[in-house]
Amino acid sequence: MANEFSLEIKNVTKHFGTFTAVDDVTVSIRQGEFFSLLGPSGCGKTTLLRMIAGFEVPDQGRILLNGEEITHLPPNRRKVNTIFQNYALFPHLTVRENIGYGLKVAGTDRTTLRSEVERMLDLIQMEDHADKKPAQISGGQKQRVAIARALINKPQVLLLDEPLAALDLKLRQRMLIELDNIHDEVGITFVYVTHDQGEAMSLSDTIAVMNHGKIEQLGKPGEIYEAPRSSFVAAFIGDTNFFEGNVISVIDPEYSRMKIDGLGEVTVFNDKHIQQGSPVHLSVRPEKFQLGRDRPEDPAARLNCFEGVVEDVVYLGSHTRYWIKVGEYRVAVMKQHARFLLDEKPVRWKDRLWLWWHADDGFMLEQYHEADEELLSVPDTES
Amino acid sequence: MTWGPRTKETLLSLPSMVWLIGLFLVPTLLVFAISFRPSTPFGGVGEGWTLETIRGLANPNYPTIIWRTVWISLSTTAICLTLAVPCAYFMARAPVRWRSFLVMLVIIPFWTNFLIRIFAWKIMLHPEGLLKKFLLMLHLVEPRTILMYNEGAVLLVLVYSYLSFAILPIYAATEKFDFGLLEAAQDLGATRLRALVQIFLPGISRGMITAALVVFIPALGSYVIPEIVGGPSSEMIGNKIAQRVFVDRNLPHASGLSALLTLAVVVPMLLVLMLQRRSPSGLSKPEGRA
Repeated sequence: MANEFSLEIKNVTKHFGTFTAVDDVTVSIRQGEFFSLLGPSGCGKTTLLRMIAGFEVPDQGRILLNGEEITHLPPNRRKVNTIFQNYALFPHLTVRENIGYGLKVAGTDRTTLRSEVERMLDLIQMEDHADKKPAQISGGQKQRVAIARALINKPQVLLLDEPLAALDLKLRQRMLIELDNIHDEVGITFVYVTHDQGEAMSLSDTIAVMNHGKIEQLGKPGEIYEAPRSSFVAAFIGDTNFFEGNVISVIDPEYSRMKIDGLGEVTVFNDKHIQQGSPVHLSVRPEKFQLGRDRPEDPAARLNCFEGVVEDVVYLGSHTRYWIKVGEYRVAVMKQHARFLLDEKPVRWKDRLWLWWHADDGFMLEQYHEADEELLSVPDTES
Repeated sequence: MTWGPRTKETLLSLPSMVWLIGLFLVPTLLVFAISFRPSTPFGGVGEGWTLETIRGLANPNYPTIIWRTVWISLSTTAICLTLAVPCAYFMARAPVRWRSFLVMLVIIPFWTNFLIRIFAWKIMLHPEGLLKKFLLMLHLVEPRTILMYNEGAVLLVLVYSYLSFAILPIYAATEKFDFGLLEAAQDLGATRLRALVQIFLPGISRGMITAALVVFIPALGSYVIPEIVGGPSSEMIGNKIAQRVFVDRNLPHASGLSALLTLAVVVPMLLVLMLQRRSPSGLSKPEGRA
């Protein structure tokens, strides 16, 4: 394929009445990429997907598939296929006929059709259920049939609309691995819509986090998680702690000093252009904190240490969440084991502890909206 | 005391079984039996058994009338379904707040008595009636054309009378239909029309079958409509049966005609059912399998 990009979305806008579902979105998706559109319901991710599939027409902007404009093509003339949230298998057709539908419509001859369907049945290991109706197979099996029904058409891009939402947790985890394997096997571009950050994180090459019809941040899963640009991204993807303050001095090109109201002075990494005196918000992920009974050694002066009191201990199985009162803040800290301290005594309620984080682990946000704090699983400021 | 699921099922279906047997099966058998009884001069049913009625049914007019009855009923059913499917489709796709209003519109004609509505048609179709004048104005008919007392008029009024009965079951099926399936079909390369024919119609087939039965069966037995808007050339079997009862006072003959009509419907239906049984797959036949 000549084009570097499989799919290009250029300044696409879509309104429904007075509501702007997709607001001037521009993004290019590379060949073979596993690309996720991640966001809460109503953020425009599904509308964007439906415009790529051809079920909605953009009010403005263009969509290109392998360099060819498809903005106004009807869905049946686009070389993309969709896996729908509820699978949308045809109830009156068997598994075999469902899988073969696309080829039948395309007028493929019988022999090819039969062998292709068999190949797909083999791929999804559904040979034994080929003559059953969709109502007779399980959710996970339906999911696999939906994948086969789409892939048999050899689409240039496969669109997946929350394909795992209807499955239970265990099955979802298994299908995640299967989807990943299928993507590696067929090598085509996947565009995956989800509101589940875990799914997006584990599958994607690139994630576009969407909010209010716009892409708030685009990047690799690691970048999005480690270096969120806005309070929305920080709060929507995983949990975090927000601190509010001002930059008081820029020490060197790498680090600055920041004063957090109600806490104290901290050292922060200069990953953005910041000016002295500008108000900023800092995000620190719960698992980035260290806890200790004693103040740690810090010859390089890169650690931000504060003394606090354990206010709450929430046991979550694989890890434990601690709420620690530090200054005016109530900080969420995540640790994997109960006995992680040097003295091996578990952390208890009302313990006095030192809490610190490395300057590199705090991220200054470009945009901050107070409303985004509601996205956190538990509000971390004053309770 | 506990009952197994089978017993419970039987008990639950008992009332409807009693109803069906007592008010449907037994009367039908009675009608069949009366066909073999002699008639009395006072319009009653005589003693003993005779084949007189069966011989009387050989009347050469009857095949024509039965054929016409079946033909008109089939046409009515076909037209009603053709009109009802798009109607139901648009009703089901209308915004939710509009839907109950649209259903109301379908039901409202029932508020007026059936006979009055048929007479209204008679007035409309009358040579001096509104419809005739309107068509004349558009130069669609000649002044001499008679809109009434023919098969066309009977068909028109039958379709009018039974259309609601066709719309309602099809609407019920359409409302439950997952329109996402049409998008799925288009996504897989089908045109909109193809998706409608291959996915939508099979999806609402149950509603369509119900609608077809609900229209076809009463249409077969219709008697008032051909009586009022039809003429001698558009008589249906229902009219003949009525004549035998009210004019000739010959109950066995009327029963014979009824039995003939019942057989004319039931026998082809049983044949179709048997054929379906033999190839249960139909649509779901595996693609190109040996």
